[in-house]
Amino acid sequence: MPEALFWTFSSLSIISAIFVILNVRNAVNSALSLVVCMLSLAVLFVLLNAEFIGVLQVMVYAGAIVVLFLFVVMLLNLRGGRMGSEGQPLLKVLSVLITLGATAKLASLLAQPARPWPDLPDGFGTVEQVGRVFYTDYMLAFQVAGVLLLAGIVGAVMLAKRSID
Amino acid sequence: MDHTNDALRWIPLLPLLAAVASGLWLVFVPRNMPRTAVIALGVGAPVASFLISVQQVFRLTQMPATDGGRYAIDNLYTWISAHPFHAELSFLLDPLSAVMIIVVTGVGSLIHIYSVGYMDDDHRDDLGFQRFFLYLNLFTFSMLMLVLGDNLLVMFVGWEGVGLCSYLLIGFWYLEDHNAMCGQKAFVMNRIGDFGFLIGIFLLFWAFASAGVPSVDFREMAANVGLLADQTIELPALLGFLPAFPTWKLLTVGCLCLFVGACGKSAQLPLYTWLPDAMAGPTPVSALIHAATMVTAGVYMVCRMSFAFSLAPGASATVAWVGGLTALFAATIALTQKDIKKVLAYSTVSQLGYMFMAAGSMAYTAAIFHLATHAFFKALLFLAAGSVILGMHHEQDMDHMGGLRRLMPWTFRFFLVGVLAISGVPLLSGFFSKDEILLGAWTAHALPGHYWLYAIGVLTAGLTAFYMFRLHFRIFSGPNRSSPELRSRIHEQPQWILIPLGLLAVLSALAWFPTVPDVWGEMLGVKRSNSLHYFLQEVLVTQEHSVSHATELGLAALATLVAMMGIAAASFMYYYRTDLIEKIGETLRPAHTLLVNKYWVDEIYDRIIVRPLIWLSDSFLYRLIDAKLIDGFGVNGTARAVVGVADKGLKFLQNGFLQSYLTVMLIATIGLLAYLMRGVL
Amino acid sequence: MGLWHYQIVAGILFMLGVLGVLTRRNMIVMFMCIELMLNAANLSLVAFSRAWGNLDGQIFAFMVIVVAAVEVAVGLAIMISLVRNRDTINIEDVSLLKW
Repeated sequence: MPEALFWTFSSLSIISAIFVILNVRNAVNSALSLVVCMLSLAVLFVLLNAEFIGVLQVMVYAGAIVVLFLFVVMLLNLRGGRMGSEGQPLLKVLSVLITLGATAKLASLLAQPARPWPDLPDGFGTVEQVGRVFYTDYMLAFQVAGVLLLAGIVGAVMLAKRSID
Repeated sequence: MDHTNDALRWIPLLPLLAAVASGLWLVFVPRNMPRTAVIALGVGAPVASFLISVQQVFRLTQMPATDGGRYAIDNLYTWISAHPFHAELSFLLDPLSAVMIIVVTGVGSLIHIYSVGYMDDDHRDDLGFQRFFLYLNLFTFSMLMLVLGDNLLVMFVGWEGVGLCSYLLIGFWYLEDHNAMCGQKAFVMNRIGDFGFLIGIFLLFWAFASAGVPSVDFREMAANVGLLADQTIELPALLGFLPAFPTWKLLTVGCLCLFVGACGKSAQLPLYTWLPDAMAGPTPVSALIHAATMVTAGVYMVCRMSFAFSLAPGASATVAWVGGLTALFAATIALTQKDIKKVLAYSTVSQLGYMFMAAGSMAYTAAIFHLATHAFFKALLFLAAGSVILGMHHEQDMDHMGGLRRLMPWTFRFFLVGVLAISGVPLLSGFFSKDEILLGAWTAHALPGHYWLYAIGVLTAGLTAFYMFRLHFRIFSGPNRSSPELRSRIHEQPQWILIPLGLLAVLSALAWFPTVPDVWGEMLGVKRSNSLHYFLQEVLVTQEHSVSHATELGLAALATLVAMMGIAAASFMYYYRTDLIEKIGETLRPAHTLLVNKYWVDEIYDRIIVRPLIWLSDSFLYRLIDAKLIDGFGVNGTARAVVGVADKGLKFLQNGFLQSYLTVMLIATIGLLAYLMRGVL
Repeated sequence: MGLWHYQIVAGILFMLGVLGVLTRRNMIVMFMCIELMLNAANLSLVAFSRAWGNLDGQIFAFMVIVVAAVEVAVGLAIMISLVRNRDTINIEDVSLLKW
């Protein structure tokens, strides 16, 4: 059963990722494909006993970030006219080739024989466990993340508001 | 016995300090030095050197003649120390250098004094007065370094120094291009000689060092020269100049190279053409440098190296024959020259030839003796000529002179003394010295063709007498041939000028006292009367004469007879029957043209050597290699290449497109990871 | 499934993201591909966390999500002001820093 889930959702994520990058006409289509990718990834996270991260993926990433993307796309009212024409074909060919080559090499490198998963303690990956680690070992990082979010808010507001105050 | 002497260094140092003081003044003080100060430095320094020299030479004569010879050394410091070779900056006073320093400082002082009067009219360029004495002192310093040097290196420093000062002094009135060119010509020809000289030094040093004596010290080389007596050296055949056999005697080659330097410095064939042109300098310069001191440096050098030349018969023969031929050659040119200084210049070349003839015949003491007497009477002649020039307001062509006997009586008298001396009239110093030389040539049985050399010497003596009296008569006798308004301004010269002339006249007349050859002295009951000869014999290699007194006297009589014939011929043409000058000129027109044009040697040199060199330097080396190749291709071309590469190639890396930047980053990152993980991949 | 399966998936997703960044000239889509790359990294981290039985990987993934959120906010704000000034979202139109 977990195997089937794995294969299904990993292929789904890859296919939707391909749709993200191959969508020429519409940015909204790309955003929606991205959502599908992220949801698939959330499933994979849950398969890996990382429930908290999986939920977070859905809530924050798919639910907030991609929504933000869509907001901006629609706010700016982008249509085909603003897209312009494709240029620099040489560069594109070069980058495609390099990327495909690197992918193949990477995949060949990563093709190692399977090792058994170790046994996990109870509650691995639950909110309680993760929160415990956060508030003890990684306290500083946690706080800094908060400050970072604050900085981000302020920055975004400052950048995006109109010039007249 | 202690041979060190700390006072020797002041002999060259005093003129140097005077020159440096004057130079520093010129650099730091905007005004000119007051005239009295210039005179004090300019005359005081050489006179002081002279007094110290006299004192030191006297001290030298007081030393006992045994225990390794009479000499004194003043070692200043070790100049080069490269084990096992070392060279000191040290001065050597032995009989040879003693004679030289007396001559140099003595005649030099008289000329410095004379220059005060001569350069006095240089009011318009008052800088000239100070500069002149600065250069003169510098020259005296260099010459003293040359003759006092204890080893070849110190001598070479002096050698170069006199060359430099000669350049500075010949081109003293440098605002005229011609003067500057003459100075340059002198310097360049000197340099050609110097090249040979250096090769000679290197060769001898290498030979001595290979034999175990790494030194260029004169006394050490003299003591060890026997080691090299039979060594040979292989030479590649050069341009077919050298004889068929490639193996030469090492000493011969070395001495020949040194002699090349002497040819350049002492104006022998073929490097003599600078001396007549050097007359462009002020007359005191001609007197000092080109009569009494610098040009004699070559003779001094050959005599100083007598220990080597006496073991190299091939080189000595070359020296003698070059000297003899030069003497004859220059005398023939002097027969027809019109400029009084040019006549004296060719006469100098001729007399130097005599000196080399003596040195080549291994009669070194005769060469030095003639060097000294020549210094006296040639300086006298030049200074008297300078007096004439000043009196004639810088007219130098003897066709415009005449009858100055009444207008400049003292100059006339002194000039006559000089002319008599150089012609070899008995009882003046020139007679004895010339006879010694001719005797040396007659008795040099090891020298091939020495009887011919003697004949050349006698013939040249006759020619010398002829042209000197020609000069004398044209200047002082007969009607005055200059323009009337010039004639009214001709006057005798002041005392600064006449007193040195008088002193030199006395010396020219009487300086033979210590040098009377034994044959005469014994007639007067004085044994070993040739004290100079015996004095110098301590240092110079000498040969014993094996001729009878009758032969000696006969040779002397022959030379005197020929001189008298020359004087008679000159008197006939230029005094009694001056109307015949034109007719004789006509009959001998071809010869006359050849001689007046100095055998066209200058023109030949110009075509064969100078022009090709100038072409090579200018068109080829300068325009082509320097400007086009190095500048255009190398310097500018490199710049253009860099700009080109940047313009056509590199600028496309910064095109402002984020994605191309990212692509490059990706490639670089993958490359770096691949490199770092190369063991795993 | 084994660890390496997850890693290969993560690798492929990452490379797709790189490809998208280098290829697309719509700035918004470029940005989305950057998010894709971040997600791939997250997947890799969580898979390793599961393999070693250690929660550190999940902590790290949490931080990545936080940073991604902030980054998206600020980045989109920049894009908005860019569009306001230049009226374009074509990446090739913002190429002033060149020769």
